[in-house]
Amino acid sequence: MASTTLTTSAPNLKSSEIRRTPLYDRHVALGGRMVDFGGWDLPQQYTSIRDEHLAVRKAAGLFDVSHMGRFRVTGSDSFDFLQGVVTNDLGRIKSGTAQYNLLCKDDGGIVDDLIVYWGDEAFFIVVNASNREKDLAWMQDHAPTRVQIEDQTFELALIALQGPKAEELMPSRGLQDLPYFGFRTGEVAGVAGMISRTGYTGEDGFEIFLPSDRVGEVWDAILEQGGPSGVLPAGLGARDAARLEAALRLYGNDMDESVNPYEAGLGWAVKLDKGEFVGRGAIAKVRQDGPRRTLIGIKTKPGDIPRHGAVVRGDAGRSGLVTSGTHSFFLGHPIALAMVEVPSFRVGDKVAVEVRGREAEAEVVKLPFYRGSARSAVAAAKS
Amino acid sequence: MAERRYTKSHEWLTVDGKTATVGITDFAQSQLGDVVFLELPAPGRKLSVHESFGVVESVKAASDLYSPVAGRIAAVNDKLAAHPELINSDPYGDGWILKVELAGELPADLMDEAAYKKVAGA
Repeated sequence: MASTTLTTSAPNLKSSEIRRTPLYDRHVALGGRMVDFGGWDLPQQYTSIRDEHLAVRKAAGLFDVSHMGRFRVTGSDSFDFLQGVVTNDLGRIKSGTAQYNLLCKDDGGIVDDLIVYWGDEAFFIVVNASNREKDLAWMQDHAPTRVQIEDQTFELALIALQGPKAEELMPSRGLQDLPYFGFRTGEVAGVAGMISRTGYTGEDGFEIFLPSDRVGEVWDAILEQGGPSGVLPAGLGARDAARLEAALRLYGNDMDESVNPYEAGLGWAVKLDKGEFVGRGAIAKVRQDGPRRTLIGIKTKPGDIPRHGAVVRGDAGRSGLVTSGTHSFFLGHPIALAMVEVPSFRVGDKVAVEVRGREAEAEVVKLPFYRGSARSAVAAAKS
Repeated sequence: MAERRYTKSHEWLTVDGKTATVGITDFAQSQLGDVVFLELPAPGRKLSVHESFGVVESVKAASDLYSPVAGRIAAVNDKLAAHPELINSDPYGDGWILKVELAGELPADLMDEAAYKKVAGA
């Protein structure tokens, strides 16, 4: 065993500045293996990544995502301000719905990916934990004086119940009428909060915003009532496996400020026809010229897990780098996303990927690797 | 039952006569997370002390395995090919990795449980 791998995550080496969510004591009591994740002390897993991940795919998994950054945007110019900094078209949604968005720099590089919620009295924005301070500063730099941006990360807790049985197992009423990417206020296990039909697993499910001092009651109620039906608390490991099977991009791995939306395969979240927004000129040029790189999916033989940074080679000298890779317990083999030069590889192409210092066989496959129950929620929302 | 000894690189071994059984510690498996694959040598190969003899792939990372002793590999745990999760569920029992026919004395740097617990931060 390479000692370097182990000592970096040894509990006694943790920074004293590490943050805890309101559910920290419960994670420890549930046997959570706590790790430093972007400055937050969060469970990698409670029992096993495999079991927790399969719970998400077959019943539901309960995640603490209170580390994610949460901003409240108010002021009469909020809509115009947000419409001018995000890539998607907020004009296509209405109050009570949410939308996946990107913040881009002038050169089209992605500052962050985020969800914008259009509320009755304010817009809410959920951003990646590791980008919270950067995003806040960036938005404040771009905001006119009549727009206020408030960081509510430490006042509100956020938990997510994700899985095909999430609707049936939520201790809350009337959820069948909540469309995918819809949200509203409501009670969960008797506690008032905001319920959103969103998530990061490819499954149907809910993200629930709750007061930090009441989130524990809701967490306990969901686990107690859902336990007999297969609900498990699920950690970061299961979350990463689920999001990667669903080919949901992870900021910092699959995209960063050097990657534009089309390279990341997120052109669907860019609406060039909505009017001016930060980065529009550069992004429009990429669209016109075509991206130089693109994100593809590959699969390998059991045991050959391509890791972040591994080299991918095709014929004619085409190459790229793995951005995310893991073992898919659900599919039974490793999967990875890779950023490759264009002209890209086609589904079915054989490529070579670096695994443990040698070249392993890989095959280009269609994305997403797995399509979960989130699809049926989309269909229901459209019908 | 033979006394279990430990290495700084988180392997364990027990010795029965001239044969050592080798695995990775409970601390190691807990830090690695779910083990999904092991790349292991064939029986018959000679190992020197601290020689890398294989790789354990977990969901999180690939880590090298180092031999705590010198000797010849007498057996490799075949069950691990189909059930790598035995490393997690029973690291000191069914999750054993190698049996090694010892050559010479045991190295002086092996630790007892009390000394290892300090290394593992337990």
